[in-house]
Amino acid sequence: MASTTGLEVVMPQMGVSVSEGTITRWLKRVGDPVAADETLLEISTDKVDTEVPSPGSGVVTEILVQEGETVAVGTLLARIGAEGAAAEREPEPEPEPGPAAAQPEPAAPAPEPERAPAPAAAAAGNGKAFVSPVVARIAAEHGIDPAQVPGTGTGGRVTKKDIQAYIEQGAPAAPAAPAAPAAPASAAAPPPPAAPAAPLRPAGEGETIEPMSAMRRGIADHMRRSLDTSAHVTSAIEVDLSRLVTIREKLKKEYGAAYGVNPTYLAFVARATVETLRDYPYVNGELRGDQIVTRNYVNLGFAVELAEGRGLIVPVVKNAETLNLLGMARGIADVARRARDKQLTPDDVAGGTFTITNPGGYGTFHGTPVISQPQAAILGTYAIVKRPWVITDDNGADAIAIRSIMNVTLTYDHRLIDGALAGRFLRDLRERLESWGESDYQA
Amino acid sequence: MAELSYLQAISDGLRQEMRRDKRVFVLGEDVGVYGGAFKVTLGFQEEFGPWRVIDMPLSETAILAGATGSALMGMRPVAEMQFADFVSCGWDHLVTVAAKQRWRAGTPVPFVLRLPSGGGFSGGPFHSQNPESSFAHIPGLKCVCPATPEDAKGLIIASIEDPNPVLFFEHKHLYRRIKGEVPEERYVTPIGKARLHAAGDDVSVITWGAMVYTAEEAAKLVDASVEILDLRSVMPWDRDAVLESVRKTSKVLVLHEDTRTGGFGAEIAATIAEEAFEHLDAPVRRLAAPDSPVPFSPVLEKAFIPQVDDVVAALKELIEY
Repeated sequence: MASTTGLEVVMPQMGVSVSEGTITRWLKRVGDPVAADETLLEISTDKVDTEVPSPGSGVVTEILVQEGETVAVGTLLARIGAEGAAAEREPEPEPEPGPAAAQPEPAAPAPEPERAPAPAAAAAGNGKAFVSPVVARIAAEHGIDPAQVPGTGTGGRVTKKDIQAYIEQGAPAAPAAPAAPAAPASAAAPPPPAAPAAPLRPAGEGETIEPMSAMRRGIADHMRRSLDTSAHVTSAIEVDLSRLVTIREKLKKEYGAAYGVNPTYLAFVARATVETLRDYPYVNGELRGDQIVTRNYVNLGFAVELAEGRGLIVPVVKNAETLNLLGMARGIADVARRARDKQLTPDDVAGGTFTITNPGGYGTFHGTPVISQPQAAILGTYAIVKRPWVITDDNGADAIAIRSIMNVTLTYDHRLIDGALAGRFLRDLRERLESWGESDYQA
Repeated sequence: MAELSYLQAISDGLRQEMRRDKRVFVLGEDVGVYGGAFKVTLGFQEEFGPWRVIDMPLSETAILAGATGSALMGMRPVAEMQFADFVSCGWDHLVTVAAKQRWRAGTPVPFVLRLPSGGGFSGGPFHSQNPESSFAHIPGLKCVCPATPEDAKGLIIASIEDPNPVLFFEHKHLYRRIKGEVPEERYVTPIGKARLHAAGDDVSVITWGAMVYTAEEAAKLVDASVEILDLRSVMPWDRDAVLESVRKTSKVLVLHEDTRTGGFGAEIAATIAEEAFEHLDAPVRRLAAPDSPVPFSPVLEKAFIPQVDDVVAALKELIEY
């Protein structure tokens, strides 16, 4: 591409409900040359972290938003001028590298990661669904994202009646803090985070204060909303993985040599979980209003921690029911790598139907994770620990043996899933993990 | 209570005030011997005599000047234009003198100007207009537009009582077509208070005059709960009632028979946008006559004045939005 003049870099729209982003890092300084599509900066939104490529080649002439600042989508972040000098005075920037080109993804109206129902129909192709003033106000008062409300108006628009009905049938609404008199903010934007009721206390002796990142705020909102929505109950079961440990040692070498893929314990557990979910559609289901949704597919989310404790993201391996162990291991490795490299797109974190979280790497043996809304349950896997274990031999005699034991938890929404059902699910999962042979995982 | 036509109700109210208050008198073209162009003052001259029911020369300027002067001197004149359209001849007295006298010199000008207005009978461009918005724009003038016989009587009495110049727009199309129960005793309907013609939940129609009935017919033809608010006067107008209705339904149609641009509906729509923006679930919709003189041709006049079908279409648009 020829060098261009007067290019503008704006905060990209990273999905329908994303209204702002935080600059995490500038990779270029003013005066630095930059090539088209070369990474210019990194941003963090409440959905994903990503890199923003340069819309064209030239020299960074101006950086208008500094690291750590959070700005609205569309805000001008930087200007890129022609290489060398402004000697040649092209009257217009070339048509193709408009601000839109700054978006790494053609901002498709991706559905919310938290909720599967299709977002209200996007209006006139600008990627945003129109939200009328009264709907925006009601949404802000009730802490609802209008994109979550099924719309019956023109082009699927959410009408006042739609959102009122949604609230009446028990929307997953966080009780709004005495909401700031809802400024009719940008229509499609999600409600602003509830303003703290009291003025914030300044930093005290020995305290330091740092601003919350967009991702942290998104996590905070989601965690609170989940606990306000689902009736969380956790059941745990101990699984003897001794057999699996042996299988894995063997396959690890094979897969490494043949495919360059590491079949992690997580991949094995995921494979057995997907198989078990077939028999327990509610565990892979969702409460949508007063309806129960079940599916003939599994979109499996994996909680991935980002570097330096910057947060946690749950990328989704789509159609996990079609994957054997190799496919699962590859899928998990792919989304985990892209999560850490900030290469995820909004699509990658959307549409999950069930989630696995694996904090066992640190040695924890038990936990009670929070459900990723609007899913019905989340599986927790913990450290594999060698334990003295009572086993019964073929003659029916009990003996104590050293076995590799893992605690597995299912945290489920007790509104939809009864304790007995959760118990049976865990029992079946344990049975598979203890009895499956190599071919079962690879099937 | 007797059932009276809209015209009889105005006549009754006027007669009661003339019987009650000797300062009240009528002046206009053919109001005496002939009983008025539409017979509102039929029999008045027999009862009150030629000095209280004055046949004036063919000069609207003289009628308005006479009304203004006698009001200044403490009388309570009720002047009649044969057609509201003719009031333009008296613009200077109305706008320069009557409207501003109170502010300029502190002396009230308590007259009523009766203005038979509105179309629907092929009266053409000089006999069919609804010029209320022109005068609502003039500070110092009040503009009253009753739709029912009961309001016509209560508002003509309120207008006579009022210490300001009041323009009383009586819709010709309603004169004999609309009948209703009207109390025989004297009563005053406050100027500036709207009347809820029909309560509803889904969409509001803000209107006045003959359009109240057009809206009523249209409401029967849509599958929704339509609220119809009859403003009864456009200056002052009942902002609170309008905003309350908008906050309830969140969808609003402003409907009037006057032409669109600069029509009073524009003021209402703008106020709704300013005061109730956060309660709107659809754009404020205006339905009014196109910006042209009123045509003679019955076919064209029907196309000009908002009809039931037009209101139905606008309501459907709002309901489905």
